Amino acid sequence: MSSIYIEGSTLFLKEALVLANLSEIEKAIRLLFSESPSDRWQVNLDALERLDTAGALFLHQLPDLADQYKSSLSLGPLPEHLKSIFKFATPLPNAVASTPPHLPFLERFGAAIFRLSQRAADFLYLMADLSYFSMQAVWNRRTLRRDAFVDQAYSIGAQALPIIGLILFLIGAVSALQSAAQLRQFGADIFVADLLAIGITTELGPLMTAIMVAGRSGSAIAAEIATMKFSEELDALRTMALDPLRFVAVPKMWAMVATVPLLTILADFIGILGGTVIGVFSMGISPTAFITQIISSLFLKDIVTGLVKSAFFAWIITVIAVYRGINFSGGAVGVGQAITSAVVSSLVGIIVLDLAFNLLFY
Amino acid sequence: METAIRIDNLRVDYGETTVLSGIDAEIKKGEIAVILGSSGCGKSTLLKTITGLIEPRQGHVEVLGYNTATLDEEDQSKLATRLGVMFQYGALLNSLTVGENIALPLEMHTDLPRAQINQIVRLRLDSVSLEGTQDRMPSELSGGMRKRVALARAMALDPEILFCDEPSAGLDPVTAAEIDRLLLTLNRSLGITIVIVTHELLSINRLDGRLIMLNGGQVVFSGTVEEAQRSKHSVVYPFFHPGEASP
Repeated sequence: MSSIYIEGSTLFLKEALVLANLSEIEKAIRLLFSESPSDRWQVNLDALERLDTAGALFLHQLPDLADQYKSSLSLGPLPEHLKSIFKFATPLPNAVASTPPHLPFLERFGAAIFRLSQRAADFLYLMADLSYFSMQAVWNRRTLRRDAFVDQAYSIGAQALPIIGLILFLIGAVSALQSAAQLRQFGADIFVADLLAIGITTELGPLMTAIMVAGRSGSAIAAEIATMKFSEELDALRTMALDPLRFVAVPKMWAMVATVPLLTILADFIGILGGTVIGVFSMGISPTAFITQIISSLFLKDIVTGLVKSAFFAWIITVIAVYRGINFSGGAVGVGQAITSAVVSSLVGIIVLDLAFNLLFY
Repeated sequence: METAIRIDNLRVDYGETTVLSGIDAEIKKGEIAVILGSSGCGKSTLLKTITGLIEPRQGHVEVLGYNTATLDEEDQSKLATRLGVMFQYGALLNSLTVGENIALPLEMHTDLPRAQINQIVRLRLDSVSLEGTQDRMPSELSGGMRKRVALARAMALDPEILFCDEPSAGLDPVTAAEIDRLLLTLNRSLGITIVIVTHELLSINRLDGRLIMLNGGQVVFSGTVEEAQRSKHSVVYPFFHPGEASP
């Protein structure tokens, strides 16, 4: 395919100098330079038949290569038919790397705080606007898109029930087993029912339901809104004098706030059922005694507290998901980031709200 | 002729980057104005600033007598109903059918009965040669059909000014010519002011509107297509004589 040889201080390149054999030729030339030192090399290209842009670039750079071996090199004339490609592949001048100005620490710190405070303000404004528009939709029903509300409620509520039911059934069973292991030592097996009922209705039911909804529906809301922003659908709404928050987010907010407490009621029931199965079949407590104990341990306040919490969890999940969706930037990667941050922020929001409620009620 | 849009000393920044600066322009009612220039010169940004989607850093934009920077929510809504915007990729709401997309502004801004709205939707679809597609989803349409539905939606409220962002970009020559013909019909038959952003030379020649050429975020030329073709300006000439060396 190609051949390379030297006669005195002249280097002969024949046949082809192309991308496919470039590496091989470079190695051979380096070997020649190191083993046959000469102060001045001449390259003869008369017998070169084929040259591509990579080969031409290599020829342009040959003098620099020789320079590394403390010698100089000059290229002989190229055959006529290769001159145009040699000219075309002239190396570009080295770009001067532009480095961003280095700001002092205090300036960077201040800028970061400023950005953070701006984001916090944006989030609070959105939280206030979305809450206000949602309340306003109760009186001004024309602004609430009922079809969208029904679709969202079905997606957030009915479609989530199987997975939430399964998780809560298992959590109820695990809770019963864990409690039994401790209470059995005191002969207080029956109090597993009390722990189970109170634990599920006040804490585990609302919390686990909210976590599942954040992962399932919060992410979907963030993805949908981010995609709408990317495809200019939100801009299109604005140009039609329709507020994207009212049009897109309010039906989702109402669907969330209406369905998550309902899901929580069902999750509470299924969770207690899971614990009851363990109580009856694993601990040998009679079904009647176990259920009577559950009923006697539950107070309306516990159930209502759990439901109020779940409504607030639904509210914070929606606000965060909408915020992340609306503030998305970039393409497919941006949508992924919006989803991830919506879920992570929602989980933090849920736990913070849960703590606040526990401080308030207990 | 009355003024439809007046732009004074407009400057728009994206973060630290100035995208538009010192833009002055006036568009008369009933005319076709074509904002043109190479990719990245700020055409779409100018369109979004005029339609109120981007807030300018400096200067002001007056549309149909409203200063867009100082509008309250009510006036913003009033103005928006007098404008129609056709986005580059249609921006149809993917969760709604074609018919629902077109009906949306009518449902939200009028008290028309459903039957009447349906009639208007059918008329709009017929005007863009898409009669019978009202129950299809946007995802079932081709790129050209989506643009035509977007045009039908932009026309839903009989706007006084129609803005089109790259209406024929990425379309085959036949569909592109069809959209240009539709725009010309709307302008000539209904007297609608049309503001188009494009860099398609064929469309520019077909529409034969008043040109506002941008380069590097500034207006470098304003005039007719004929004047632009005769211009020796270092930016205008290569645009209208692609491949030829500048004089």
